[in-house]
Amino acid sequence: MRVAVPVFPGSNCDHDALHACGTVMGWDTIPVWHQETRLPEGTDLVFIPGGFSYGDYLRCGAIAALAPIMADVKRHADQGGLVLGVCNGFQILCEAQLLPGALLRNASLRFIHADVHLRVERADLPFTAAMKAGDVFRVPIAHAEGNFTLEPADLADLEARGGVAFRYCSPRGEIGEAFVPNGAMNGIAGIVNIRGNVLGMMPHPERVVDPRLGATGGLGIFRSLDAALARG
Amino acid sequence: MKVRVSVQLKPGILDPQGKAVEQGLHGFGFAVDHVRIGRLIEMEVPGADAAEVKARAQAMCDKLLVNPVMEKASIEVL
Repeated sequence: MRVAVPVFPGSNCDHDALHACGTVMGWDTIPVWHQETRLPEGTDLVFIPGGFSYGDYLRCGAIAALAPIMADVKRHADQGGLVLGVCNGFQILCEAQLLPGALLRNASLRFIHADVHLRVERADLPFTAAMKAGDVFRVPIAHAEGNFTLEPADLADLEARGGVAFRYCSPRGEIGEAFVPNGAMNGIAGIVNIRGNVLGMMPHPERVVDPRLGATGGLGIFRSLDAALARG
Repeated sequence: MKVRVSVQLKPGILDPQGKAVEQGLHGFGFAVDHVRIGRLIEMEVPGADAAEVKARAQAMCDKLLVNPVMEKASIEVL
């Protein structure tokens, strides 16, 4: 299992990703500078970390989506390789058009750092297969632009094809506007592409995988990936 | 030639920043409505033919300057 973590100027969750994948999961995890043009040979998973790539200039993720390494990330995704984008990584995947939609400013206009609950909507993905549909897990969010938005027709398409992987919910799994921290349409916290190999999410599962740090709500995703990649 | 690209959020897109500014203006007693905040990009584009320069600016919008999910642009060659 080999993981590549692209690092952009302004990435600040790259070490969380490296810790979760490398130290906690024991995967062969390699940081890759954005100027590189090739992912390491044999990369199974690309983990695009959170942060403020290129200072969030123009739009969050817009400049990072054009970085040299992203061409190879697209090739990897086109060949069915796994890509996980968290927070700014999700914004980058949308700007790179590997995922539909855009992340707008939170409806409250504020940066929000809080624990939220997510409900698993798709348990048949390499990212979720160790969980069950309807499972609820607790993870932190830390963003100012997480308000997921799509044209109404495209939103209907996304829902119809089962593109929603995770939705914000109550601790008991109830769905509703009251549980959506940032104004995201339909309470969407994470989505997958049609093929199911590219997932973007605003919450940070990589921050809650090490029991020594007090919480392990994000482990379901990493155990799922471990199983998916062990199967090859 | 000087080109001015005005990028605006599409009509249906929520603009919390515009809303906040609108409330601020109301606080000063101004009667305003539908405040929307966009971005103005000015640049020098080489070339003498306005139509050609505009086409190149349009290509820049398509590639980078505008996110079609949420924004639209109008281009002015000055």
